[in-house]
Amino acid sequence: MSKIKQRFVALPKPVKILLWVLLALFAYALPLLEPPIISTPGVDFGGVLFVVTMYCLVAIGLNIVVGYAGLLDLGYVGFYAIGAYTAAVLTSFHAHWPLLLAIPVAVVVTTISGVLLGAPTLRVRGDYLAIVTLGFGEIIRLVAVNSEWLNQRKGISDIARPPSIGGQEGLFEIPHLFWGDGTVLVDTKDTTQFLVFGVLDQIPYYWLGLTVVIVMLFADRLIKNSRVGRAWEATREDEDAAELMGVPTFKFKLLAFATGAFVGGLAGSLYASRQNFINPDSFLLLYSILFLAAVVVGGQGNRWGVLVGAILVAYLPQRFREFDDFRVLAFGLALVLLATLRPEGLFPPRRTVRAKHLEQELEELEEGAGGEESARV
Amino acid sequence: MSEAILEVQNLTLKFGGLTALDDVTFRIDEGEILGLIGPNGAGKTTCFNAVTGVYRPTSGGIAFQGRSIVGLKKHKITQQGIARTFQNIRLFPTMTALENVLVGTDAQHTTGMISALFRLPKHRREEQDGHERAMDLLRFMGIHRKADELAANLSYGDQRRLEIARAMATNPKLICLDEPAAGFNPAEKVELMNLIRRVRDRGFTVLLIEHDMKLVMGVTDRIVVLEFGRKIAEGTPAEIRDNPAVIAAYLGVDEEDAS
Amino acid sequence: MNFEFLFSNLPQLTIGGLAFGAIYALIALGYTMVYGVLQLINFAHSEVFMYGTFAMLWTVMALGGADAGGIKLVAILIAALFSAMAMSAIIALLLERVAYRPLIKKDAPRLIALISAIGASFVLAELMGLRDRIAGWFGLDDNLSEYVGKARINNSMAGVLDAPRWKIGNVTISSIDVLVIVAAVGMMILLDQFVRRSRLGKGIRATSQDPETAALMGVNPTRTIQLTFLIGGLMAGIAAFLYMLKIETTKFDVGFLLGVKAFTAAVLGGIGNLRGALLGGLVLGVAETWGSALFGTEWRHVVAFVLLVVILLFRPTGLLGESLGKARA
Repeated sequence: MSKIKQRFVALPKPVKILLWVLLALFAYALPLLEPPIISTPGVDFGGVLFVVTMYCLVAIGLNIVVGYAGLLDLGYVGFYAIGAYTAAVLTSFHAHWPLLLAIPVAVVVTTISGVLLGAPTLRVRGDYLAIVTLGFGEIIRLVAVNSEWLNQRKGISDIARPPSIGGQEGLFEIPHLFWGDGTVLVDTKDTTQFLVFGVLDQIPYYWLGLTVVIVMLFADRLIKNSRVGRAWEATREDEDAAELMGVPTFKFKLLAFATGAFVGGLAGSLYASRQNFINPDSFLLLYSILFLAAVVVGGQGNRWGVLVGAILVAYLPQRFREFDDFRVLAFGLALVLLATLRPEGLFPPRRTVRAKHLEQELEELEEGAGGEESARV
Repeated sequence: MSEAILEVQNLTLKFGGLTALDDVTFRIDEGEILGLIGPNGAGKTTCFNAVTGVYRPTSGGIAFQGRSIVGLKKHKITQQGIARTFQNIRLFPTMTALENVLVGTDAQHTTGMISALFRLPKHRREEQDGHERAMDLLRFMGIHRKADELAANLSYGDQRRLEIARAMATNPKLICLDEPAAGFNPAEKVELMNLIRRVRDRGFTVLLIEHDMKLVMGVTDRIVVLEFGRKIAEGTPAEIRDNPAVIAAYLGVDEEDAS
Repeated sequence: MNFEFLFSNLPQLTIGGLAFGAIYALIALGYTMVYGVLQLINFAHSEVFMYGTFAMLWTVMALGGADAGGIKLVAILIAALFSAMAMSAIIALLLERVAYRPLIKKDAPRLIALISAIGASFVLAELMGLRDRIAGWFGLDDNLSEYVGKARINNSMAGVLDAPRWKIGNVTISSIDVLVIVAAVGMMILLDQFVRRSRLGKGIRATSQDPETAALMGVNPTRTIQLTFLIGGLMAGIAAFLYMLKIETTKFDVGFLLGVKAFTAAVLGGIGNLRGALLGGLVLGVAETWGSALFGTEWRHVVAFVLLVVILLFRPTGLLGESLGKARA
């Protein structure tokens, strides 16, 4: 694993960029390729992939809160629900806004709710925060269950879809691949219209989701490598010491909470648009735990590890649907085993590769100066 | 006489029934190295904590550059120009040495989410300034080759040096060192003495808590002696050495710490 | 807000609320004691309680409680009480061994321990919720259908106990509510005395104050932790018994909500504080019942959660303060 990583780091920059682009292209093409083994028999592959991107998005957001800032949030689904319900109310139940207008509003509403929840609660101790956020997630759901304004248990349907490009026909059609026995054919009957957000074909939603995930990954990287990211990490490592080094820890914790809420709200509103229908059962506490599992399983604090975790959590139950009933049991077991055997997650954040890299540079800069460098890890 | 940078006036601090500091008054002048000494439990670290905002004084005043800092938030006090190290090292263990120091430089920066996200000029400027200053400080401390090591992986001595670098990075006027020589051997202590002088020569005022009398006598300009939360003496190292009250307080203690 | 309803039914509502509160308090003990000793939120404690309710249910079913009366019914109920306590105690000890001890040994961060606890909670709940499938693997689902069937819906023992209701003036009081309150408060007083006076109890208090010194003074930390889990389990078993007397139905996920409520009670009273758990439980039970009378029963849980948040904001150490070790324990 680390050897592959080292080789990758050693590649020249244009090659690296090319590899990333190829990876992204492959990800976009995945639902069209419908590769055997990976694709999901009996369930729409595009739909599964869309759910995977939503989990990835949520994991990126929750990772900021849990992984970077070290705040255990057990009610993350609450933000997801606020985003989804805001989009639903604005585009269907109480107004008929276009989705592209409703999503920014939904995201702003969710971010504000994150600040409102965080401002009073982020002062309490870490494990109390876990319980308060758990309570928050349940309150949001119970409010949806009980309030007529949100149509109670009946839920809200006819949530707006994103606008299609090129009308009902789309601009052009893209054929899928068909995998026969030992042969691969281009199936011209099975096509996806570019870019129609319809009822049956979920691939355009997947593309939308994937695009958002990629944008968020860039944003995550930019924030992480800045004063903000460092302040989060310092706060997580030692709050008092961080405060004494001039970090306004409360402000940064609140910022992490709001950022997490922002991403959660975005994911929720996209999810609502794709599902077309939401009700309180879409936002059970179970989902908070699954989101958390995605972050912890992959290795909190490591954005790629977290993505792997999200993909595992979202994809495996769909691929192995016959074991779906055992999903929660399996995640419970995974959490216990991970905590007891590998507390840092499957892919803990590592800096050693970068460390080696910089060491080389330094040595080149200061040739000959002090050959007493001791062995390194 | 030069300007007082920190003035502690009748500082009293009580925890429940226990009086940790009792009517302590002293001042630090700009550019001097002041030693704060006393036997175990004399209230040295408590005094530090009061100055850096960890504890709120029960009564009395603390003025930094002529302005009261009592009741200010800890990070505000740091931003005003008081930095510190810790008796038991408190680095950010999973961050690299460089990042630890960068957190220090960030104290004087204001880059927020938006600047970072869009890589605005402010972010670039502050990031460059931070890196330059951080590498400069690491070099000053002689640990620049370990810039990208995790703090947790550094040797004990390097961790102590990194703490001083991190504190200096916040660009303070006054730097408070809490037993920086703890766990050092005699050779390292001599090196540390030189280092403290060089820190002062870079324009910092130094408040030093130390157990090791030889080190304190060798490096400080003036010394304040605490015992049971009270100030029992103040003066130049030579005066303190001959002060009967100090000798009484330290009788037998010195031997034990000389190791 | 329906003030009229609240005031006209105040006595009944209060008694009912106290009964619920007493059950919360008994469960809260498990949270509060483990937190006092380990600084760990034993998230899976709710499942310890849930297993107790099933032990009670199954014992009553197996011994034919539905047709019994008089002395025989009393004997069956006593057997059910003991089986609930035994079941809960075993689960609690199992939890300590499997999910926590490896972490305590590694000195893992508290967040990780909490995650392990959450995982264990899900495993325990799902094992109960999938018991029909698991029994099926062994071909036992037909023989045991009475016990393993209806794995994901309510399991009821309604009608076993036809408890009298007393009328005082125009106030009707359920005798079960009174029994629940008296039994729970009695147990809490006993436990309080045990922790305060006995050698083992002093060991618990010493460990929660300063584990290292306690260990040096000859208190075996592992034993103490086990004892803490054991007591928490036994109390949860009693709570499960009383809960089944009052509510008569249970389900594989019944623990979650009750667990959160009980934890709220513990925090409310001051976590780590035994008397606080009792006070917190009773206050929460009454507040919840009054709240649902005011706003409608559907807002009951929201009232409880909002209370938790408000208390944490204004009095983060709870009503009586936090301390298992100090004088109040």
